[in-house]
Amino acid sequence: MKIKMPRWFYQLASPKWFYDITGMLLPWFGLAAILLLLVGSIWGLVFAPADYQQGNSFRIIYIHVPSSILAQSCYMMMAIAGAVGLIWKMKIAHVVAGACAPIGASIAVMSLATGAVWGKPTWGAWWVWDARLTAMLVLLFLYIGVIALNSAFENKASSDKATAILSLVGLVNIPIIKYSVEWWNTLHQPATFTVTEKPAMPPEMWIPLLVMVLGFYCFFAVVLMIRARIEVLEREKRSDWVKKVIENYGR
Amino acid sequence: MTPKRQKRLSVILGLVFGTAVIVGLVMFSLSENINLFYSTSQIAKGEAPVGARIRAGGMVVENSVERSKDSLKVIFELTDCEEEVTVEFTGILPDLFREGQGIIAQGVMDNKGLFQADEVLAKHDENYMPPEAAESMKDKMGNCEAMKGKQEKAE
Repeated sequence: MKIKMPRWFYQLASPKWFYDITGMLLPWFGLAAILLLLVGSIWGLVFAPADYQQGNSFRIIYIHVPSSILAQSCYMMMAIAGAVGLIWKMKIAHVVAGACAPIGASIAVMSLATGAVWGKPTWGAWWVWDARLTAMLVLLFLYIGVIALNSAFENKASSDKATAILSLVGLVNIPIIKYSVEWWNTLHQPATFTVTEKPAMPPEMWIPLLVMVLGFYCFFAVVLMIRARIEVLEREKRSDWVKKVIENYGR
Repeated sequence: MTPKRQKRLSVILGLVFGTAVIVGLVMFSLSENINLFYSTSQIAKGEAPVGARIRAGGMVVENSVERSKDSLKVIFELTDCEEEVTVEFTGILPDLFREGQGIIAQGVMDNKGLFQADEVLAKHDENYMPPEAAESMKDKMGNCEAMKGKQEKAE
């Protein structure tokens, strides 16, 4: 059996091509992120109606849910990029995976912190050793482990390999986070949004939330591209094209 | 994909599925310990240990909350729509505590069959709506019917 990968997939492996294309995309994603986050947060925090039960404290959902979703997506991206790097020996994939870890860790901290702030007024506790909350904490520790492992080696090739394997092993945590609220009795409520059913929330509440989620993804893309571009320059510093980029930079 | 890459791909898939199976089995065998609370029917049937600190989860029965006049003591019935457990608690209840609300109480089952709670946490569900919408929905069904309806839908 022979699987043929599309052309852009191999183009992506070229550091110069990656550097150029991300340089082109970066301003657009930046603009989209600023617009979406601005519109989403004002809409969600000011104009969306308050909840019948939780009042205004439910509004933290507009930060908590996007950051929780993104922390998990970022992990999946890191693991998949790591797998691509292992299978095709593609350096760019490892660069992207390495850039994901610190971003994901900060977003996971954000998700846990906003969750605690939300938990105090509604549940009556900052933290409970509930399956969902604990699995999310494990995700944060996985990110920290990946970051630590990534900087533990002198040799880039071995640190790339080790972190890719660790992030692939940790991938098992993602479905646990998602289904924890269904498999076990938890204090955390089940998902409001599912693929099969309509949301348990009126549109005037979920549209700003959707805007925020998109804004978070764009913001993630921006930070990821910035970090990956710097790492590419660092790794390719001996090549001619990087020398040219640096020469042009001063002008 | 070259044969070498396909081999590496299958090794990686094996690694991911292998860990998933191992973690799955561990989780399955630990599932009793991962549950945050016992339901009131589990307690009524005697599945929960007596004398040990446990958590009980359920809904506060309508018109069952009795507040003491001279202290912070509260007594209320907790139900999962099958069995009821009486809970005694002294302290400040969370804002969301009300009749018909899901809560989780941490404490000890005493030998009189009374659950002595030292912590009460309010549980809220995944439904959000503006106050006006909630008002119009409120009278249509009680909480137990709503919960049963949801379970049937899920099954």
